Amino acid sequence: MSSTSNTTTISTIGPPSRRNTELALLVFAVIVPVFAYANAGLALSDELPSGMLSYGLGLGLLAGVGHLVVRKFAPYADPLLLPIATLLNGLGLVIIWRLDQSRRLAQQAKNADRVFSAAAPNQLIYSAMAVALFVGVLIFLKDHRILQRYTYISMVGALILLILPVFFPPVFGARIWVRVGSFSIQPAEFAKIIIAVFFSGYLMVKRDALALASRRVMGLYLPRGRDLGPILVVWAMSILILVFETDLGTSLLFFGMFVVMLYVATERTSWIVFGLLMSAAGAVGVASFEPHVKVRVMAWLHPFAVYQEHPPSWATTEQIAQALMSFGSGGVFGTGLGQGASDLIGFAANSDFILATIGEELGLAGTMAILLLYGLIVERGMRTALAARDPFGKLLSIGLSAAFAIQVFVVAGGVMGLIPLTGMTMPFVAYGGSSVLANWALIAILIRISDTARRPAPAPAPSTDAEMTQVVRP
Amino acid sequence: MNKPLRRIAIFCGLLVFALLLRDNWIQYVQADQLKNHKKNLRVDIARYSQPRGNIIVDGRAITGSAETNGINYKYKRTYKNGEMWAPVTGFASQVYGTNQIENLEDGILTGDDDRLFFNRTIDMLTGKEKTGGDVVTTLNAKAQEAAFKGLGNKKGAVAAIDPRTGKILALASTPSYDPSTIAGASDKDAAAWKALQKKYNPDDPMLNRALRQTYPPGSTFKVVTAAAALENGLYKDVDDPTNSPLPWIMPGTTKPLPNEGSIPCKNASLRVALRYSCNTVFGKIGADLKEDKMREEAEKFGFNSEVFTPVRADKSVYPQDMEPSSNAMSAIGQFDTRATPLQMAMVAAAVANDGKLMKPYMVSGLRAPNLSFIEQAEPEQMSEPLSEDNAHKLQDIMETVVQVGTGTAARIPGVTVGGKTGTAQHGVANSKNPYAWFISYAKGKDGSSPVAVAVVVEGSDTVRDDIAGGKLAAPIAKDVMKAVLAGEK
Repeated sequence: MSSTSNTTTISTIGPPSRRNTELALLVFAVIVPVFAYANAGLALSDELPSGMLSYGLGLGLLAGVGHLVVRKFAPYADPLLLPIATLLNGLGLVIIWRLDQSRRLAQQAKNADRVFSAAAPNQLIYSAMAVALFVGVLIFLKDHRILQRYTYISMVGALILLILPVFFPPVFGARIWVRVGSFSIQPAEFAKIIIAVFFSGYLMVKRDALALASRRVMGLYLPRGRDLGPILVVWAMSILILVFETDLGTSLLFFGMFVVMLYVATERTSWIVFGLLMSAAGAVGVASFEPHVKVRVMAWLHPFAVYQEHPPSWATTEQIAQALMSFGSGGVFGTGLGQGASDLIGFAANSDFILATIGEELGLAGTMAILLLYGLIVERGMRTALAARDPFGKLLSIGLSAAFAIQVFVVAGGVMGLIPLTGMTMPFVAYGGSSVLANWALIAILIRISDTARRPAPAPAPSTDAEMTQVVRP
Repeated sequence: MNKPLRRIAIFCGLLVFALLLRDNWIQYVQADQLKNHKKNLRVDIARYSQPRGNIIVDGRAITGSAETNGINYKYKRTYKNGEMWAPVTGFASQVYGTNQIENLEDGILTGDDDRLFFNRTIDMLTGKEKTGGDVVTTLNAKAQEAAFKGLGNKKGAVAAIDPRTGKILALASTPSYDPSTIAGASDKDAAAWKALQKKYNPDDPMLNRALRQTYPPGSTFKVVTAAAALENGLYKDVDDPTNSPLPWIMPGTTKPLPNEGSIPCKNASLRVALRYSCNTVFGKIGADLKEDKMREEAEKFGFNSEVFTPVRADKSVYPQDMEPSSNAMSAIGQFDTRATPLQMAMVAAAVANDGKLMKPYMVSGLRAPNLSFIEQAEPEQMSEPLSEDNAHKLQDIMETVVQVGTGTAARIPGVTVGGKTGTAQHGVANSKNPYAWFISYAKGKDGSSPVAVAVVVEGSDTVRDDIAGGKLAAPIAKDVMKAVLAGEK
C-alpha cells in the first residue's frame, strides 16, 4: 500500500488501536459482576446463585460480541467506553437480581395488589437487545456524518417522541411512558439521542450566523432576533414537557444539552448567560403554578417532614428520607451486597433509586467508584469530541456526553438529596428497557465517532505528478 | 471549537465532583446520624435479626426469643410470666421501642456493646452468628411471686430489698401487663399497645408503680421522723416519755392535729407512739426539729433524689419551704410528702441494716454469651441515716409494732419482724380511698436482716382507719418475707 515514492508528510502509522487493552478491561468488566453475583447470592441464601454460570456466560457473550464487532467495524475506537458500559450494566443486573429476592418488596407489591415479578431476567433480555442495537449501530452506521443528512427528520422524530406520552395515562404521577399492551417504552430516553443529532446538524449549519451576526451590548454578544428562534423553541418545548408531562428531569436534560451545544458551536459565553436566565425564568414560572414541581422542591428541602406527627400536605413520600438513611447506613464500606435494607425504599427501588442500594451495600467506596465510572464515560466522550475532526462529530459527541453527564447528575443528585428528585433512571444500572437500549446506542455512536477521530489518515493515492517528477531525476 | 469543549469538560467534571462531595457528606459526615435516625428501621431490624440475650432471675431466663420469620424482624421477644416480671424487665417491642432493663442493657442484650467486642470478633472468625449477652438480676423469683400473688386484683406495688447489700429482691406492680402482647409488629400487637395506653386504660397498667409512682407515705414515714428524733438527740431513749401534749395545736394555727381514734398518745414514749401510730407525737417531733433537720434526715434515707437501680426510680419528696404546720403534717407522711414503694423499702432496709443504707440495685451482672461475666455489681453503701445504736433502738420499737401494735398481721412465728403500718389519706378532705402501706423487715438467725419490704395498696375502700395498712398490706409483706427467709435457710 505504501510506496517509497510517497513524499507526503502525513504519517501512515496511526495511533495504536488499543483493541487488546479493551479486551483485557472487558475481562474484568465481566469477572467483577460475576463475583458480585456470587457475593450477593451467598449473603442472601448462603449458596451460590443457581444462575451464576449462565449469567457469567451471558454477560461474557454480550461483551465478547460487542468487542468483536468493535474490533471489526471500529478498530480505532476508544477502548474504555465498551468495558465501562459492560461493567455498569453487569453490576446493575446483579443489584436488580438482589432486589428481586427482597421479601419486603414482594410483600409491598402484594399489599398494593401489584404483581411482583423478577426484574433481572427481563433486564438481561433488554441488555441483550441493547447490545444487539449497539452492534447494529456499529455495523450500519459506517460514518457518523451520515446522520447529518437527517437533521430535520430528527427534529420531527424527537418532537413526536416527546409529545407522545401526553396521550397516554400518567404512571405514578408522570407522563413519561408510552404503553402499548403490556409493552411500554420511555420515549424521552431515545429522544435524547435523536435530538442531539438534530442540534448538531442544525448548529453546524447555523453556527456562523449565530456567532457572528450579533450586536455587542454591555460586553455581551446579543444574537439577532431571528437567530433566537430555535433557542426559544427548545426552551418552550422543555417548559411544555415540564407542564404537561410533569417530567422535570427530561426538560432539564434537553435544555441543558442545547445550551451546552450552542456554546460549543458559537464559542459565545452570552448563550450560556441566556440559557441560565431562561431556565431560571422557566423554573420560577413553572414552580409557582405547577403543584407537582413545588412538591418535589419541598420534599427535597425537608426530606424527613413526612415523619412528623402532622406531616404537611406536600410530604407524601418517604422515599427520599429512606434513600438518605440507606446511604447513611451504608457508611464508608457498605454492608456488603445482599445485606442491606435498601428495599425499605419500596417503590422504584430497582430503577430510579437503585443508587441507594449501591450506597448502602457497597458503601461510600463503591458509590464513588460507580460515580467515577460515569465520570469516565463522560470524559471519554469529551475526549472524543476534542479528537473529532469534523464539527458535526464534535457537536454530536459533546451533546451526547453532556446529556449523559446531566442525566447522571440529575438522577444521582436527586437520590442523594443534592437537588430535587426527578424521575430519571441511572444509565445502564437502573432497571428499564428503554434506558438500557438508548444508552447502549449512545455508546455505539460515541464509539463510532471516536473510531473516525482516531483512525489514521488513509494513505494518499500515489500522485502521478510525483511519479513524473521522479522520472526526471537523474 | 476546542476551547469551549475543554470548558464543558471541566463543567461536567465539576458535576461529578459535586456528586462525590455530596456522597461523602451523606455517607461519611452524616452517616452516623442517618444510620441511627429514629425513623431508620434498620436499627430495629438489626436488634431483632438474632435471638436477643436474656434477663436472668435465679439462674433461669424470664425472657426468650421466638423465631417469627417476619419480613422485617426475624425474632420476637417473649416473656415468661410477663405480667409478673414486667416491672423488672420492661418491654422490647419491634414497633414501640424498649424500656427499663430492655432499654438500658440493650447493648448487652443485642451483643453490640463494646465490651462484647472480643466475643463478636471471635464469633465472626469462627463463623458463628452474633449473639447477645445476658443480664443477670438480683431478683428472687419466690419473693416476686409472693408479692405479685399477694397483690392479686388489688392495685398496688411491692418493693423488697436485701438490706445487707441493697439487692432488689421483688418489684411488683399491679395491674400489670404482659410485654409479650406488644413485642411483635402485627395488628394484634398494635391493638394491645393502644389498649394499654393511659388514655384508653385509666388503670395505666404500664406504669411501674414500685419505681415510678409516688404516694403519700402516711404513717410509715413516722419511722423516718423517729430516726430524726434519735439522730438529732431530741429523745435519747425510746421508752422515755416524750414532751407531747394532747390535744396538740399545730404551730401557727389554732387547729389540733387529730389522732386516729382515742389512743394513749399524751407524752407517750417513742415505742408507744409508734405502736399506736400517734400523729400528735410525731407531728410535734417534726415541729420541734424544724423543716431543715427533718429534710436532712429524709434525704439521708434517699428522699429528694432519683435512684438508679439502674432503672430510674422517681424522686421521693420531702417538701421545702413550708409553714411550720405543713412541716408537722409532712413529718407524719401527709401534706406534700411523697414516696415510691422502693423508697420506703429503703427506709426499712436502712433501719434493719443497723443504720447503713445500701444502694439498691437489680442488675447483679452482665454475662457474655460464653457465660463469662463482663461486669459484676458490688454492694455499695449509699449513706448512713442512723448510728448503729439508734438503729437498734428503732428496730426495737418497730418490732413492738409487729408484736403487739398495728402490724400484728405480719408476725412470722420464730422470726423477728419489725414494721410500720400506714394509711395515707389523699384527695380533697380525704375524699378518695386511702392508700394502705406497710413497711417491714425480717431478721435471720444471725441477727442480720435478709429482707426489707414495702407494700402499698391503692384504694382500700373498705377500711379507712390506720389499721388498713395492717390489714391489707401487711399480709403481702409477710408472704414476701417468708419467701425470702425460706430461701435463706
